[in-house]
Amino acid sequence: MLYLELLFQGIVQGSIYALIALGLTLVYGLLRILHVAHAALFTLGAYIGVILTNATGSLSLAIVVAMTVVGLVGIAVYKLAYEPLLDKPPYIALIASIALFIAAEEIFRIVFGPYGLSYKNPPLQGGMEIFNGFYLKYVEALVICLSVLMLSLLAWLSGHTRLGISWRATVTDPAMARAFGVNTQNVRYLNFFIGSALAAAAGVLVALLNNLVEPTMGSVPSYKALAIIVLGGLGSIRGTLIASMALGVIESFGTIYIGHLLDRDALAFGFLILVLMFRPQGLLGAKQ
Amino acid sequence: MNYEITLLTTMSISVLFALSLNFITGFCGQISLGHAAFMGVGAYTAAIMMKSSVSLLIAIPVAAVFAGTLGLLVGFASLRVRHDFLAITTMGIVFLFVGIVRQQDFLGGEIGISGIQRSALGRIGFLLLCASLAALFAGFSLLVKRSWLGFVFESISDNEDVARVLGIDVAKYKLFAFVVGTAAAGVAGALYAQHFRFVGPDSFGFVESVSVLAMVVVGGIGSVWGVMLAAAVLSVLPLLIQFVDDYKILVYSALLFFMMRFSPDGLAGIFNRSINRLRKQKT
Repeated sequence: MLYLELLFQGIVQGSIYALIALGLTLVYGLLRILHVAHAALFTLGAYIGVILTNATGSLSLAIVVAMTVVGLVGIAVYKLAYEPLLDKPPYIALIASIALFIAAEEIFRIVFGPYGLSYKNPPLQGGMEIFNGFYLKYVEALVICLSVLMLSLLAWLSGHTRLGISWRATVTDPAMARAFGVNTQNVRYLNFFIGSALAAAAGVLVALLNNLVEPTMGSVPSYKALAIIVLGGLGSIRGTLIASMALGVIESFGTIYIGHLLDRDALAFGFLILVLMFRPQGLLGAKQ
Repeated sequence: MNYEITLLTTMSISVLFALSLNFITGFCGQISLGHAAFMGVGAYTAAIMMKSSVSLLIAIPVAAVFAGTLGLLVGFASLRVRHDFLAITTMGIVFLFVGIVRQQDFLGGEIGISGIQRSALGRIGFLLLCASLAALFAGFSLLVKRSWLGFVFESISDNEDVARVLGIDVAKYKLFAFVVGTAAAGVAGALYAQHFRFVGPDSFGFVESVSVLAMVVVGGIGSVWGVMLAAAVLSVLPLLIQFVDDYKILVYSALLFFMMRFSPDGLAGIFNRSINRLRKQKT
């Protein structure tokens, strides 16, 4: 029973990781930028979610607004921070992104206070016992359902629509895509919009799970999401999903069995380094 | 007077630490987001030795050996990965370091090691030791930069594959850069332990790794003088802008961001550009 419960916890955590890391993979696949500040958008989403839910009482409205607003902020981040740095060596954008992330955390602390916010009437409390001893919280069910829904929507979008095809064409070969009349600038905007919106959704969900948002809630996910996309083979969507789930499950078992040697956050990086030593291109990455 | 001595000591240690990263990232082109881990190894080694009344002057070389040995191991590991993968791997190193230290009782766990006794050198003597070690490493860096070794590093940093085709044993030189850079970081760590007389897991985390990379990048990657200037200024900047205490980190990170956005080659770049402009005006 313990195994099943740990596995389930791992999957819940893995879905959150997937929502965050996917945006990062989208950005990396298109622009080769390690977008650390992505996690600041995750935190922003969580704040908008909690504040709106407390103000209006509607969680679904809060999720939709958070995703839209954060998506637009994502486009602004690209336009103001990354676009001018595209022709510079990649570490420049990386350091700029880290600086942006630290600055954003400070702004959250100054604007919303250091102690964080929580839901006044936390929605979806409680849960039900599915079979003997296995207890499912409604919040956890929501996390899994919403993640599956959004990821399938994304898969459909990229596989079956004109938009998705032009997006994949731009990732594969920007010059060729442009020659065929794809507006690559719009594709980049869209990319940042979708990635940031997914991060915002993850933020609202994490805020529900913990019933708390705080300025530093993005720190751990930001670095962990980097570990995940590297594990998945940088830019590979399938690899990212597998790596997210694997990491969620490994962490949930690891904290129980080797928690006295390594803390939870170090575990992810231990696993990362171990994998990279045998497969330097990541789990599903293509050999360069 | 004591305040100025403390300030100058902090500066010297930061200059040494930043130059040690410059050796790896600036000269050899191997980005590291986990350099604080090596400072941490040196600091913990020296702290434990000094707690059992070993002299600082013995603790420093031992700290260098420990940090350099770990640097060699990480260097071997990092030969497998490049560019962004390397950045993330080195970031992993610092999280692993902090994660392991937190769980070890003999390293003081979360609380760290405090109450390290002062060395017999006295405040001024210790400042002189720090400053001369920093100056020594700066001199060594300048020497390397101008020697054939500097050219080898530059070619690896420019284009590794071309360097390999030219018959350069890339792996060997990368490992050398890693060992020298991390050993120097270990020395900086030992000095840090003596200076603050306290080491804890949070003193050597990811934020510290980014700060030291910020010093190197703001100074101008690879430029010894630029990095020294940036390290000296940035290490005491948080102390000097105490009056904006609540906005300290915000100012610091905004500065770093705008530097990247408008002058990615750092202070050295600004300096070179203005020199060129002056020269043009003369002719």
